[in-house]
Amino acid sequence: MNRFAALLDALLFTPSRNGKLRLMREYFSSARDPERGWALAALTGELVFDEAKPSQVRALAAARVDPELLAWSYDFVGDLAETVSLIWPAAPGGARHVPSLSEIVGKLKEASRSEVPRLLEPWLDALDATGRWALLKLVTRELRIGVSARLAKTALAEWSGVELDRIEEIWHGLAPPYQPLFDWLEGRHPPPEIGDLPTFTPLMLAQPLEDADLAGLDPRDYLAEWKWDGIRVQLVARGSERRLYSRSGDDIGAAFPDIIAAMPADLTLDGELLVVRDGEVAPFNDLQQRLNRKTPTPKLQRDFPAAVRLYDILREGSEDLRGRAFAERRRRLEAWYAREPRPALDLSPMVPFTSWDELAELRDGARQRGIEGLMLKRADSLYVSGRPKGPWFKWKRGALTLDTVLMYAQRGHGKRSSFYSDYTFGAWHGDELVPVGKAYSGFTDEELRRLDLWVRNNTVRRWGPVREVSPQIVLEVAFDSVHRSTRHRSGVAMRFPRIHRIRWDKPFREADSVETLERLLT
Amino acid sequence: MSLSPPLPETWIKTTPSGLYCEPGGFHIDPLLPVPRAIVTHGHGDHARPGNERVLATPGTIAIMQSRYGELAGGSLQPLDYGEAIAIDGVGVRLLPAGHVLGSAQILLDYRGARVVVSGDYKRRADPTCAPFEPCNCDLFITEATFGLPVFRHPPDRLEIDKLLHSLSLFPERCHVVGVYALGKCQRVLALLRRAGYEGPIYLHGALIGLTELYESLGVPLGPVLPWAEATREALRGRIVLAPPAATTDRWSRRLPDPLVAMASGWMRVRQRAKARGVELPLVISDHADWDELTATVDEVAAEEVWVTHGREEALVHYATKQGHRARALAIPGFEEDE
Repeated sequence: MNRFAALLDALLFTPSRNGKLRLMREYFSSARDPERGWALAALTGELVFDEAKPSQVRALAAARVDPELLAWSYDFVGDLAETVSLIWPAAPGGARHVPSLSEIVGKLKEASRSEVPRLLEPWLDALDATGRWALLKLVTRELRIGVSARLAKTALAEWSGVELDRIEEIWHGLAPPYQPLFDWLEGRHPPPEIGDLPTFTPLMLAQPLEDADLAGLDPRDYLAEWKWDGIRVQLVARGSERRLYSRSGDDIGAAFPDIIAAMPADLTLDGELLVVRDGEVAPFNDLQQRLNRKTPTPKLQRDFPAAVRLYDILREGSEDLRGRAFAERRRRLEAWYAREPRPALDLSPMVPFTSWDELAELRDGARQRGIEGLMLKRADSLYVSGRPKGPWFKWKRGALTLDTVLMYAQRGHGKRSSFYSDYTFGAWHGDELVPVGKAYSGFTDEELRRLDLWVRNNTVRRWGPVREVSPQIVLEVAFDSVHRSTRHRSGVAMRFPRIHRIRWDKPFREADSVETLERLLT
Repeated sequence: MSLSPPLPETWIKTTPSGLYCEPGGFHIDPLLPVPRAIVTHGHGDHARPGNERVLATPGTIAIMQSRYGELAGGSLQPLDYGEAIAIDGVGVRLLPAGHVLGSAQILLDYRGARVVVSGDYKRRADPTCAPFEPCNCDLFITEATFGLPVFRHPPDRLEIDKLLHSLSLFPERCHVVGVYALGKCQRVLALLRRAGYEGPIYLHGALIGLTELYESLGVPLGPVLPWAEATREALRGRIVLAPPAATTDRWSRRLPDPLVAMASGWMRVRQRAKARGVELPLVISDHADWDELTATVDEVAAEEVWVTHGREEALVHYATKQGHRARALAIPGFEEDE
């Protein structure tokens, strides 16, 4: 367990993706079985101990530590698991048996709620402070170390030399501690037989379309459809099994029982998850309400009705359609839907066009809610996982922009830790500047150096890593849409804000107002 | 007729300039310039410039001269560890505090009462300074920088091993370690050499003077190189020691792919380390941790304990429960930094 704890600790502190990958690769290559399998389960979020609760941890600590010292310490540290891991007093007696992660998982899985504290206590005595921290974070499900399931699988792929997509394809047919997976990745056995399980097929993604690309493309080769502003999902049904996967392959079915209930049998579909009321796509913010809940109440499902707008069909019955042309898959999708229309599922309509100019006009005119832009797909394109260049393009609708004033700057992380690279900007509300958003991308390295220097020379106040600057610099900010927000003082929030231009030339009094931003609400 | 010893508060006072021994007419680690000062050690929040007369260990005086030059004090009087003098009827001795080179506890005897002012101290071995000498007393005035039971510093060797492991895992990255210029820098150098690390160790310019001073005072630290003399590429996979603020500021841009480590007791708390942008926290402290503080309070067996600069309340609580008369002593102006 101490090895695994040291890995978690290092992952927490390592900001870069490459650094995290290297740490995980090193771990997978040197840890033993089944220890590394359970570690993989912990990293991919598949380890859940329902019977362990934070209140048990608090009670264990209160029984061992002076309550006032515990309270002061908790005030100072601000995190229960960490406080307990640091304050846990050494038990009398000599060396103790340090449990392995496998042993901890095995025993906790079997334990009833009342047995959990009796298991935890001797483990806390035997582990070091980092080990205690990892154990408590793991059992209280608060392991926030900046590693997604996808990243952990990427590390597996890099370490073993097996393609990530091949791991993804069988992933959902596997269970911790993944012995057949490791046997395959280390070349001892053929790929695990997962049978006819509702596994995830890594998605085919589109390249962004640059204006220069269009000249080289023949409109007759392409079909167009709207790009909807939700999240891309994959619906998989096999036999009686139903799964809803996010684009990274996470199973999010539990949060969307309404979609699961609407799914047909024995199909794999590709579409966009949305909240739709009376045929109208609701703002992305509404979908966020559903995504935030692991298990939605009936009221939430009524107030925020989920739907999937279908783009593609990958499998029908036992027939894999990925090797067919997109035009043919689309006909299959339409034919199936005509036979079996479903509540909460509908088809994303195709957008007929004859020239790029006509399509550009359609795209510019699409101010309708829920549309992010257009998708262009070659009629003959096969369904290929990943992001191949050429067959599919996304052609986003032009971004909205607003002239704002730089108000605060904060130090970045990792490579940018010496730069003030995170910018909070405001818009006018009467005579007052009100913060309306934050952005940390969209500028060149040269512009970053110049902004950083400017921030240092124009600071009026400092709070730790944050500097308030005198209002002078106008930042032209680009963003995809605006929606209402109770979390922002301005009452509105931007989607995907980024710095579009730094208007060194523009007087800050001439920046835009909050009212201008409100007029852009969708 | 025998007089009972005076109560400590009748002759040790807190003033706006800091702790004051009234019969001796001197301040200890004064915050403002005073006629007569006794200085526990050379850190800037304890040893300030501009006092008329300064009494301290030879090491501390050398450090003050190196830092402040002419401003170190009007007259500087060195006093070796253990040597006794009297100042207007108050007996004064300096005992090693184990914090940094030259650091001292101040032992005061007055009419049969004995007071020990700990200054900053630690109890574990440090190859760069003399170890703390506990001394029984009636009043113990202790620091409490890490006065919470969450602060338990692990053995130094484990932290140095973390640094060496990271070097082997990320051999293309320059490992820049934030260290305070006085004490921590030299201790980390010594610990790295003791751990068998034989590669070159580079120093930020601000660390060179005090490191040379340590050498001249008889603390061997092995060869070090000024950072500025190396090419950028030569620093890949190397260790560079630098003042904490420099590790994440503009200076660090001149290092190749820097991995920021920090050697400090505060690194024990993850959010603190994260907030400072530290990628490799090393819990190496020159202050006593909770276990050392409580063990010391027990060991010196003082009837009365005053607790100052740090998280006083928890140590006061502990000492009270152990049967000492204990209170927090508010002295303004000390910094939280080690």
